[in-house]
Amino acid sequence: MKHGRYPFILSFLALPVGLYAWLVVLPFAQAFQISLTDWSGSSNSFNYIGFDNYANLFKDDRLVLPALRHTGIILVVLPLVTIALGLFFAFMLNLGGRSRQGRIEGVRGARFHKVVFFFPQVLSVAIVGILWKQVYAPENFGGLITGALTAVGAPAPVNGFLADKRFVLAAVIAVLVWSAVGFYLVYFSSAMASIPRDLYEAGIIDGAGRLQMFFKITLPLLWDSVQTAWIYLSIVALDVFVLVYMMTPERGGPDTASEVVGGVIWKYAFNHAEQAFASAIGVVLFFAALTLAVVSLRFGPRERIEY
Amino acid sequence: MATDTTPERPAPPAGDAPAPRPARTGDPAPRREGAVVNFFSQGFLWLWALAVIIPVLWIVLSSFKTSREIASDPLGLPEAMHWQNYANAWSNGHIGDYFINTIQVMAFSVTGTMLLGAMAAYVLARYEFFGNRIIYFLFAAGMMFPVFLALFPLFKTLQNVSLLNTYTGLILVYIAYSLPFTVFFLTAFFRTLPTGVAEAAIVDGAGHYRLFFQVMLPMAKPGLIAITIFNIIGQWNQFLLPLVLLNHPDDAMISQGLANLALRQGYEGDAGALFAGTVLAMLPIFIAYIIFQRQIQAGLTAGAIK
Repeated sequence: MKHGRYPFILSFLALPVGLYAWLVVLPFAQAFQISLTDWSGSSNSFNYIGFDNYANLFKDDRLVLPALRHTGIILVVLPLVTIALGLFFAFMLNLGGRSRQGRIEGVRGARFHKVVFFFPQVLSVAIVGILWKQVYAPENFGGLITGALTAVGAPAPVNGFLADKRFVLAAVIAVLVWSAVGFYLVYFSSAMASIPRDLYEAGIIDGAGRLQMFFKITLPLLWDSVQTAWIYLSIVALDVFVLVYMMTPERGGPDTASEVVGGVIWKYAFNHAEQAFASAIGVVLFFAALTLAVVSLRFGPRERIEY
Repeated sequence: MATDTTPERPAPPAGDAPAPRPARTGDPAPRREGAVVNFFSQGFLWLWALAVIIPVLWIVLSSFKTSREIASDPLGLPEAMHWQNYANAWSNGHIGDYFINTIQVMAFSVTGTMLLGAMAAYVLARYEFFGNRIIYFLFAAGMMFPVFLALFPLFKTLQNVSLLNTYTGLILVYIAYSLPFTVFFLTAFFRTLPTGVAEAAIVDGAGHYRLFFQVMLPMAKPGLIAITIFNIIGQWNQFLLPLVLLNHPDDAMISQGLANLALRQGYEGDAGALFAGTVLAMLPIFIAYIIFQRQIQAGLTAGAIK
């Protein structure tokens, strides 16, 4: 079987690796290179200007600094809320049921809830954006929330939630959580299903309540999954843009109140023809993602618990 | 996939029906606690379920209203079923064309992704050679790259070889950007396959190619199905890449076409057609989801569960 080994390996790797190098690795490498120039993107002439773009980046309080702040907020809030809700719902579905003869079991209709909760995950961001833009719309455009608030006599923002600087970022984050929770519910559920029931039954014999069982048994055993979820959600948080593009006024407005890093890269690259500057922001984002992954893998959980 | 109840027992009868066994000697205290927890967990679960169902259902209802009704009576039921919205979305909104465009592209891009991904993953998983680890790492790292960073250089790359605004270009890009996850996942999968069958095939005189296509690929079927579902959903929902790489509105992919419709709706004020278009775009995904929900949930969470 040694015969023809290397020709075989080469013939199987040439196409995928070649395509990947050409369309993924090379463009990323070029972006690094472009970030060190003053290239506009449209002409063929450019000069190398070292790290000037990076220095200017942190002086741009018109777009970049608000975007960094908002992406920072999303980076903290999105994983925190999504994981908390995901764990809570997964625990309820799997173990929140009525205990019969001292047994712990899932609630009624667990299957149904899983199917419903997960559904937003398969919808495209374009659909989610259109859906929620209308839900948040001002009352005279037929918004669902504003309409409902007015119907019960509560005050509603006159221009809807997305045109209001106070609400727009929270509104976007709420939609992100809405789409993500189902995924993590299913993910944590499968992890919980692999925890032996004996542990819970032992917990019951020792007189532990559900809250105690969650914090003393479930959470420590799920720590690996929580960590993975954290990395995934952090990457999602750094990449937020399409939803902002679809939903908010001025694609990051009003008045930069929902500007995110991805959107600023987009604006500088495709609207302002400042390709080099856009690439510099992208490189910063890249290293932020890299740092996050390394840090959470390095300083994550203690030793693995075997069961 | 996870089961909702303990696997070693048959599922308990749904509802408040008394336990099948007559044992009623249980402690009353945990019993009451159980009932309270049950009540609250059901409450919270239903709250979230409604938060998912209501917006979706509401858009479906709105798609049958006239644009005036949508603005003036958002909470009411449609006065009459205004099917005209669907006709408008299909013909003026070109939703039908976008469907066909997307299917055309994906027939090639999903097949290509799976074929190239399986080939690379198989070699990386089962053969030792110089550079193996580096190539694997390069693919795995691709999962983390923020795609914005590459958009403009990618645009220029395709422009230089005249593949900008072509389906061929888009198909190649879809394949390239789906490879990291596909290779990462399938490599792990090929590693778990037993070596005994492969060795037996070698003894029978199978070459490297026959071993892959006739022995290993069929054995990897569960993994291939999960990842195919993942890629179908991912590529169907792709938005940024076609937005940058396809500039002719007539060629648009479904997500992009829907976004164009949303933009035009801003000028023309035909909200009814927009919602009808949204429902049409949602429908195939919804049907596929209901039929294959177990496989889809398994496929999408597969990457996270190692």
